Amino acid sequence: MNEASVRRDIQRDIQPARRGALAQSWQRLVAMFVKEFIQLRRDRPTLGMIVGIPLIQLLLFGYAINTDPKHLPTAVLVSDDSPLARALVGALRATDYFHVKYVVQGEQRADQLIRSNEVQFVIQIPPDFSRRLVRGERPSLLIVADATDPTATAGAIAAASGAVIQALDRELTGALATLAQNSPPFDLQVHRRYNPAGEARRNIVPGLIGTILTMTMLIYTALSVTREIERGTMEALLAMPVKPVEIMLGKITPYVVVGGVQMATILIVATFLFRVPIVGSLFVLVPLTLLFIVANLSMGYTLSTVAANQLQAIQMTFFFFLPSMLLSGFLFPFYGMPVWAQYLGEGLPLTHYLRIVRSVMLKGSGYGDLAADAGALALFTLVAMSVAVMRFRQTLD
Amino acid sequence: MSDLVRPATDIAIDVSGLTKIFAGKKVVDNLSLRVKRGHIQGFLGPNGSGKTTTIRMLCGLLTPDAGEGRCLGLDIRTQQEEIKRHVGYMTQGFSLYRDLTIRENLEFVARIYGLVAPEDAAQAALERLGLTARADQLAGELSGGWKQRLALGACILPAPSLLLLDEPTAGVDPKARRDFWDEIHHLANEGLTVLVSTHYMDEAERCHEIAYILDGKLLVSGTIEDTIRNARLTTYVVKGEGLDALAAELNRAPGVDMVAPFGAALHVGGRDRQAMEAVAARYADRAHRWMQDEPTLEDVFIELMTRNHRSGQ
Repeated sequence: MNEASVRRDIQRDIQPARRGALAQSWQRLVAMFVKEFIQLRRDRPTLGMIVGIPLIQLLLFGYAINTDPKHLPTAVLVSDDSPLARALVGALRATDYFHVKYVVQGEQRADQLIRSNEVQFVIQIPPDFSRRLVRGERPSLLIVADATDPTATAGAIAAASGAVIQALDRELTGALATLAQNSPPFDLQVHRRYNPAGEARRNIVPGLIGTILTMTMLIYTALSVTREIERGTMEALLAMPVKPVEIMLGKITPYVVVGGVQMATILIVATFLFRVPIVGSLFVLVPLTLLFIVANLSMGYTLSTVAANQLQAIQMTFFFFLPSMLLSGFLFPFYGMPVWAQYLGEGLPLTHYLRIVRSVMLKGSGYGDLAADAGALALFTLVAMSVAVMRFRQTLD
Repeated sequence: MSDLVRPATDIAIDVSGLTKIFAGKKVVDNLSLRVKRGHIQGFLGPNGSGKTTTIRMLCGLLTPDAGEGRCLGLDIRTQQEEIKRHVGYMTQGFSLYRDLTIRENLEFVARIYGLVAPEDAAQAALERLGLTARADQLAGELSGGWKQRLALGACILPAPSLLLLDEPTAGVDPKARRDFWDEIHHLANEGLTVLVSTHYMDEAERCHEIAYILDGKLLVSGTIEDTIRNARLTTYVVKGEGLDALAAELNRAPGVDMVAPFGAALHVGGRDRQAMEAVAARYADRAHRWMQDEPTLEDVFIELMTRNHRSGQ
């Protein structure tokens, strides 16, 4: 075909009126804009999330996050049941920082409580505290703090000494008043256990293991079902004799391996680069981390069965991920949150995993200490998988 | 209900009153169909007439809102799991994994169906399909014809008793289409029952029986000869100048039930023989040559469609 005939071909029909070059460019932009807007408007769930996500998360986190946590779970180890000792405990309670959940006798029991994350503080009043105080021997009052999360305990420790001195001022009257005039008649000792130097990275690095795994694992499976739908392979898959459980487990398992590789990488870097010790056993840490990986993969898969397309799946992932970061105790102290937010946090796998990973790495906790958190992860996995299997549509109805 | 005691050997598909409603619209409306074992059943009808929905109900992907029936003697409402084991369904679009190779796709299918030696089954299928040389090519990189060949290969790999093919040859070149149909006949000879939807009349003519569906309703079913005979159309082939103008005029003429251009000719037909002959006599002039001819299958379908759309308006 020669050039003339091509031109004739193009000009054969009556051409519609067109605008100038610049106006045409503007109109093409408008065309794209209008198209994108229409598509966005058609996607109802996405439209809901546009307003819903910022609103819900802003309200949620605005009310939930508190960097100066109070009412921290505390155990009191009283070996001296004198009025003075009781007054001291009362004073610590009155600070609002310490919520005395347990009054225990043996040191062993106190250790176990702190290792299993039941309490963040143990206040120890030694056997003959009041007697030695009266004698002016400056006995020591010991506060053992779980320093795996230094920010969570800092405020309470600061408040403790002031409160105790005030309490003694009130108690030491009459003949004992002279004791109160001197500088503190006792020695307040604070043991920042598991992280004596209060290093932030000992808290952050184990936390990061959980956060990174949450993010990667969720995304892997969140796209898996919607991808099959969008690529048109789902119809053929559904026409084959394969059961929803089989599809789910088959899709999750490869990523358990991927998660295992990620876990190994992170642990190696944490140990050798950041010098975060692994005090506990790898035989505890690895299986529980794998459980956590499975929990997140199940969650992602569940989102995938709910979302209609990949965009929705990703939005849902973020909708789940942000609370995991903020309400789990990763960035902000868990016990600083109001009770309702703590309940929400208990529903997130990361909350339980953070306790597990920090405890195993820093405190050397074992299965016995972590049974509740491991159980919570298993329960979460089970519920997510059940929802996914029920949600999975075996037909195209 | 003598239908239920009938041995499941001679009838592969036996459904009655099938109805599917989407958003208040009857996409399939009271459809009954019976297909003999080893037969190739053509399934025709315009786009959106309910062919795909019917096929999906047959293979357990959709639950009918009303009606009942059996596929291979299995209840389509309650035995969907079992049906899936014995039915090969080839979807309209390519629905294998584009990011897997041909061999990997076939092995996947073989494993899903629980075959004993999936690698061997895949290899056998590759050889049968003539795809051995391309075995390690990604399925997404294949041309339309090869994709369709692979899809068919994947469907027959688990040795189904019934094949449901949804417009398998759409967008495939004539040579590949012919090869495809040779394969279908070969499979039917081996005893496989095939239900195939298509828009091509030459393909319809290669079926043992055809069914024509329009707006969810089954209008015609039977052999091609019966279908053409039962339509009782008197048809003329008109040749000459200015056929477009003539077609527009004939469309309004009483006694004319269908007008359709075929290349350089016009097919004009009507159910009333006398009226049609009168029209032919009236319009035959020097510019146009009218020749009476046997109606084709396509003439019959165009007339069916025209009639139903007129009565619907």
